Amino acid sequence: MTQSDIDIVKKTAKLARLELGEAEAAKFGEQFGRILEAFQKLAKLDVSGVEPMTGATELSDVLRDDRAKPSLERERVLANGPKQDGEYYVVPKTVGGDA
Amino acid sequence: MSGFADYARLDATALREAIVSKRTTASQVVEAALARIAALDPELSAFSTVLADSARARAKELDAALARGEPAGALCGVPFALKSNMCVEGVEAHCGSKILAGYKPPYTAPFVQRLLDEGAILVGMTHMDEFAMGSSGENSGYAVAKNPWDTSRTPGGSSSGSCAAVAARMVPLSLGSDTGGSVRQPAALCGIVGFKPTYGRITRYGLVAFGSSLDQVSPFTRSARDMELVLSVISGADEHDSTCLPLPAIDPERSDSIRGLRIGVPKEYFASGLDADVRAKVEGAIAKLVELGAATVPIELPHTEYAIPTYYVVATAEASSNLARYDGIRYGPRTNGDGSLQSMIAATREAGFGPEVKRRILLGTYVLSSGYYDAWYVRALKVRRLIRHDFDEAFKSVDLIACPTSPTAAFRLGEKTDDPVAMYLSDVMTVPTSLAGLPAVSVPCGTVTLGGKQLPVGLQLIGPSLADARVLRAARVFEDATQHQREIYALAPSVREGAAR
Repeated sequence: MTQSDIDIVKKTAKLARLELGEAEAAKFGEQFGRILEAFQKLAKLDVSGVEPMTGATELSDVLRDDRAKPSLERERVLANGPKQDGEYYVVPKTVGGDA
Repeated sequence: MSGFADYARLDATALREAIVSKRTTASQVVEAALARIAALDPELSAFSTVLADSARARAKELDAALARGEPAGALCGVPFALKSNMCVEGVEAHCGSKILAGYKPPYTAPFVQRLLDEGAILVGMTHMDEFAMGSSGENSGYAVAKNPWDTSRTPGGSSSGSCAAVAARMVPLSLGSDTGGSVRQPAALCGIVGFKPTYGRITRYGLVAFGSSLDQVSPFTRSARDMELVLSVISGADEHDSTCLPLPAIDPERSDSIRGLRIGVPKEYFASGLDADVRAKVEGAIAKLVELGAATVPIELPHTEYAIPTYYVVATAEASSNLARYDGIRYGPRTNGDGSLQSMIAATREAGFGPEVKRRILLGTYVLSSGYYDAWYVRALKVRRLIRHDFDEAFKSVDLIACPTSPTAAFRLGEKTDDPVAMYLSDVMTVPTSLAGLPAVSVPCGTVTLGGKQLPVGLQLIGPSLADARVLRAARVFEDATQHQREIYALAPSVREGAAR
């Protein structure tokens, strides 16, 4: 394991909104290094001229008719939120602080 | 055991027949299912929730409808179980994750509704690797399901509980989801039938997303004929999922023959890493296919060796994006952190996700991040195209491909938990098909002896895109011609009781 593996893990964790402890970051850093090493063979393959395969079907631009229909009931959807006021989800203040 | 005495000996087709012909009732069948779950599940941990009351109530309704002379559905009275990443209105779907503890979906997935509409009875939700990430069930945030053949071993994963539930004959039918082999691999390790359809044959609406370009709802059954029946019910177009193909349901083929089918045998799947005893069983199965009138053709799938890294780049990238929605706002428990929104989100995710899910989110975020996107993610998508191209080339000269489902029989719980790379490699035979989006089935083809116990081996049959019915026909013909489904299970005594067919 190198310090750079741990630094990569810490930087990536921030991007992924994960709050890793030091021990966890070190463990993931070590595993990350091994996983990426095992995946290096991808880099050695010649892929020039190959189109990326972005999905498993050839479907594109699938559209339905644009008409109004009932959607899920707000009350039932909100019921799964940890904090809500019956109309909206409630989150910590996002304006005015350093958030 | 109470309830219908023949319950554990019959597949879904035969159970329905017994109910419709009045040999038993849906209520008696449900009682037998619940009794068997009560007797076996403490040892096997297949179920996370058992819905005894609603199952009994539904059975009563069905019996009353039958008594009134109403027509019976295609799955009338057949008990089934669902992986915990599937939505049923009001039934907890925690996905094996603490971050979704208590989540009760506000709607029922169409693929579940189609089963219910045909008279199938939901008896419970099953344990799984957290967010379907794993090959052994050990990444569950709740309980680790056991292999009914040897409870010190894994039933496979990630659809571990759904598979163990059918293998131990607690239910004749369950649904799992297969992203990189999560139904076919456990089916092989537990000696039952598992089928991943062509990508897009079954709606994903109501299946919690992991890798959206790979995920497919995939059933477990006791027999190939049941699999054909179930697919004819749950597949087909659905407007809720724009990747669901605008096609009718899969129509099972009438033919009882595979005479003249050309079966490709890919040399890459019989290379080093394949257990010698597993290899012998699979080769024996292929010889049986030849005896039944098929012809084998040696083929090459040269990019097979790139499938594991390609899969773990593509699937983790998609997962990191899909799992961004777990932010402590809309579902599950919230952890407050220092009081700011960002801190709340990070603290909720830190507390809610287990190690493998974090590892994959990190890997996926990394391969999508600035500076690495082209080198890892786009490159993997290009290799994915090459893997698909291998199959397209092979299917110019063959009708099906036959190979092992898993390189080994069931491994011991704990054996690979500290080595993610070794765990990832257990998917080597199933991920290429997932990347290519092709239909593939695992059917039992015998047993090997490990540590004094008999353990099942699976034969994998892969078809070209949309040839789902052909794959299932070949599985049925193979099953009918062999005794593997009828072998007396070398299970724990309590499981074996009444299970011999």
